[in-house]
Amino acid sequence: MTRPTAPPAPRHTGRRHVVLIGHGMVGQRFLETLVALPGAAGLRITVLAEEPRPAYDRVHLTSWFSGTSADELKLCPPGFVAEHGIDLRLGDPATAIDRAARTVTTASGAAFGYDTLVLATGSYPFVPPVPGTDAAGCHVYRTLDDVAAIRADASGARVGAVVGGGLLGLEAAGALRAMGLETHVVEFAPRLMALQVDEGGGDLLRRKVEDLGVRVHTGVGTRAVLADDAGRVRAMALSDGGELAADLVVFSAGVRPRDQLARECGLPVGQRGGIVVDGECRTRDPRVHAIGECALTSDGRVHGLVAPGYAMAETAARAVAGGEPAPFTGADTSTELKLLGVDVASFGDAHGATEGARDVLYSDGRSGVYRKLVIGGDGALLGGVLVGDTGSYGVLRPLAAAGRPLDTAPGQLVLPAGLAPASGPVELPDDAVVCSCHNVTTGRIRAAVADDGCTSVPEVKKCTKAGTGCGSCVKVLGTVVDGELASRGVSVDDRLCEHFAHTRAELYDIVRVKGVATFSRLVEEHGTGEGCDVCKPVVASILASLAGGHILDGEQAALQDTNDHFLANLQRNGSYSVVPRVPGGEITPEGLITIGEIARDFGLYTKITGGQRIDMFGAAVDQLPAIWRRLVDAGFESGHAYGKALRTVKSCVGQAWCRYGVQDSAALAIELELRYRGLRSPHKLKSAVSGCARECAEAQGKDFGVIATSSGWNLYVGGNGGMAPRHADLLAQDLDHDTLVRIIDRFLMFYIRTADRLERTSTWLERIEGGLGHVRAVVVDDSLGICADLEELMARHVGAYEDEWAATLADPDRLRRFTSFVNAPGTPDPAVTFVTERGQIRPARAGEHGTPLPRPVLIGGDRVEVRTA
Amino acid sequence: MTMTTTSRGPRAALEQVEIHDGRRWHRVCELADLVPGRGAAVLLGTEQVAVFRDRSGTVYAVANRDPFSGAQVMSRGLLGSRGPVPTLASPMYKHVFDLRDGRCLDEDAAPDGSPAVLRVWPARRATAAVSVHTEGV
Ligand SMILES: Cc1cc2nc3c(=O)[nH]c(=O)nc-3n(C[C@H](O)[C@H](O)[C@H](O)COP(=O)(O)OP(=O)(O)OC[C@H]3O[C@@H](n4cnc5c(N)ncnc54)[C@H](O)[C@@H]3O)c2cc1C
Ligand code: FES
Repeated sequence: MTRPTAPPAPRHTGRRHVVLIGHGMVGQRFLETLVALPGAAGLRITVLAEEPRPAYDRVHLTSWFSGTSADELKLCPPGFVAEHGIDLRLGDPATAIDRAARTVTTASGAAFGYDTLVLATGSYPFVPPVPGTDAAGCHVYRTLDDVAAIRADASGARVGAVVGGGLLGLEAAGALRAMGLETHVVEFAPRLMALQVDEGGGDLLRRKVEDLGVRVHTGVGTRAVLADDAGRVRAMALSDGGELAADLVVFSAGVRPRDQLARECGLPVGQRGGIVVDGECRTRDPRVHAIGECALTSDGRVHGLVAPGYAMAETAARAVAGGEPAPFTGADTSTELKLLGVDVASFGDAHGATEGARDVLYSDGRSGVYRKLVIGGDGALLGGVLVGDTGSYGVLRPLAAAGRPLDTAPGQLVLPAGLAPASGPVELPDDAVVCSCHNVTTGRIRAAVADDGCTSVPEVKKCTKAGTGCGSCVKVLGTVVDGELASRGVSVDDRLCEHFAHTRAELYDIVRVKGVATFSRLVEEHGTGEGCDVCKPVVASILASLAGGHILDGEQAALQDTNDHFLANLQRNGSYSVVPRVPGGEITPEGLITIGEIARDFGLYTKITGGQRIDMFGAAVDQLPAIWRRLVDAGFESGHAYGKALRTVKSCVGQAWCRYGVQDSAALAIELELRYRGLRSPHKLKSAVSGCARECAEAQGKDFGVIATSSGWNLYVGGNGGMAPRHADLLAQDLDHDTLVRIIDRFLMFYIRTADRLERTSTWLERIEGGLGHVRAVVVDDSLGICADLEELMARHVGAYEDEWAATLADPDRLRRFTSFVNAPGTPDPAVTFVTERGQIRPARAGEHGTPLPRPVLIGGDRVEVRTA
Repeated sequence: MTMTTTSRGPRAALEQVEIHDGRRWHRVCELADLVPGRGAAVLLGTEQVAVFRDRSGTVYAVANRDPFSGAQVMSRGLLGSRGPVPTLASPMYKHVFDLRDGRCLDEDAAPDGSPAVLRVWPARRATAAVSVHTEGV
């Protein structure tokens, strides 16, 4: 690129100046790609943003209604802007471009000279040009400010109407419904999601949506919005002459590219909008690029999805920084989503528009499954529509993109997971694109294994970037990687460790079927060696969940990791923390005082946890029994806050107090926590119960979460917070109390039976063959006929539960281990010392002079007495 | 038959665990104080030592300080094996050590640059006629 000859005023450094207009999803991806390219080193970067906050995840905007915070939606990592010296101007939109002077002016009057200009201004929501749309109570659905305004308005409204029955409209309807509004969808086309699904799919979708209590009106347009005297919407006048009473209206009838800046500075735009760009995402002016939803790409389309936007961002970043060119030639418009709890996917030529195309159809109105594949004249898969069961979408999409005649009969492919013959996985051709976010083919993935030496999915992800975008391809990615490893003779190693050539699930079955009760017998008959810190705790957990008995009894004591061994949570200096069980997070003032007194008397540090508990830190091993004694005497038990077991069941106050609550969430949470406490599992289990759709208990971020509805309870599973957040999936809805508990019993026991070591329910659900659909079939419909078994196991657990801490206190033999030094009982560990910070203790760091805690009360008597007992 | 039952027998109760500090043997606990596969901490003067007993009855003694965390916690680790090597896994960050020479099998050095090796004391079982007897040094 040529250097500017006469730099205009604001360009004060010698560095090339890149100005980006719009800090949305695509703008942010452009910045991330750009700064990672070597050619970007000398660039000065300025970003002009209209919205008052940095880029966020618009795709998941709707999850804001169910409790995802604005913070969690952030796309721009903290420190990103500062680290790369980017000048980000929030809340100051660009208002004009002068291409001759190469300047951009903003609303505040500031002017910026540019060497390269990138437009990433996205779209604006289309509002039909009918009278009255400016009435109070009318909204659009595009930004965080929009959803905040909708929620604020919804609290005073009764009936909501959504104009538009497409993807966004249904999302908006789901949100209104969840806020308790009577909800209507008004769609001009004859069916819902007309762009993605065909008539059959649309019918089924409509039925499912109506089952959820949303009224659907298709084939009607909006003639006018009618307002009351105060200027607030009261009804919509429809094209069929009818009137629909509504006091809140959301327009989501499509979007239009924001191309006005480009239009006004004389850049060509398409007939129906969109800034015209070439394969490098350049406009007619070589210094100006356009990317994302505002661009009309060389394939003649405006792309309204994020994946093509990301591809454009990468193309433009390379063009700007002089990297290897990566032309944008078009994109996959496949979608897989969950609308109002209904799985919907469409891909490729979903409508069979190709000459000679034929449909292969599976439809089951009773169970609400509709699957259609479009097959070309040459026998190639062209596209499809899946409603109610999107299983195998991950394989079908790349197959369709590859466009080669199928090896498998389409009649087999179209069947839902439960019915398809077990003929082994479908082979993907090398040129099938598995990851459309990063355009990675099956061949590239196989090469990563064959040539680049990758031996696992994480390595392949790092090497090829596949699976690091929207994440929807990770499951297929895993299949391809495993297949390639297997074909190269690398056995896919799912052994637990060197001592057992079994997976955790296999060991579980051995223990269950053969009734093995000790580690010694298991390792002698089925393993080798002495065991290790991997297999011992696993076996301990299996024995605990199958055989019961105190976990510190006999040989089991030798298997537990230190937390289970000392029934408390090891901290960095060798001290332990104690978290009294507070079921459901409900606690009396007396209880609070008791915990406070214990912490004070033992000098412990206290902190409120995310699980609605009080955590007391700094206890030495020999103080633990005395602390438990105080707790037990006050009617508490300590809790399994350290274990691979049920941790906590959180709750909101629910119907008893909350103005919005529709069920008694606190009571249910307490009941569930008491039922499942002590249940040992492959990994920790967290749960929550919310009393209404506002979801204050964050049940959708839990392994199993329950949300009250006006007619019962909805059960969500597989959610996760922490390092790998995952929204839970709806397993079953509107359950009565007993059915709910029964399904949770089965779900937990099925998970415990089949999961791998340290596999949370979220990863288990993603990994297990058939995914959520399979789990639902097993635990709701009893497709394997094991539900009675699972319930029986849970009943045994519930019946055999004992307070492990009280039992330890009652047994001198078990108490013996709670001493710092076996040859000097009563001597505290001199290495556990503390300093004071913010009025409480914390472990002394290296070089700090700390003091030990005040001496514990000795219980359990001295060693000699214990031994002679 | 499990190890625990034998160790609880009247004869076994008299069996002692002794460790050698380079000058002489010190009696530190009874064999029955140790659950097979697990350990206990003992004080040798001001030094903290972790003593263990494996499933076959062999006893071991290593430093109680985990070089990776600096905490005195090795006695709360789990015994096991890696191939033919008898091992001890730290409860803190799960580093695995060779019980025979104290060397860490996962990493050579601790974060502070010091070698990741646990001091090892010779340890043995000794039958004594006297009953419980703890020894300061
Ligand atoms: C509710 C909802 C659900 C969606 N679900 C999906 C989905 O499931 N899958 C999918 O692929 N896509 C989905 N989308 C679409 C997806 O969000 C967009 O494709 C994507 O955000 C496009 O990115 P962009 O950067 O081009 O535009 P945007 O993310 O809209 O960003 C454009 C930014 O530019 C700013 N801007 C505009 N003009 C100016 C100016 N003059 N000066 C300064 N700044 C300006 C805007 O304020 C905005 O912040 C959804 C969208 C919504 C609203
Ligand atoms: S398709 Fe989105 S990450 Fe692969």
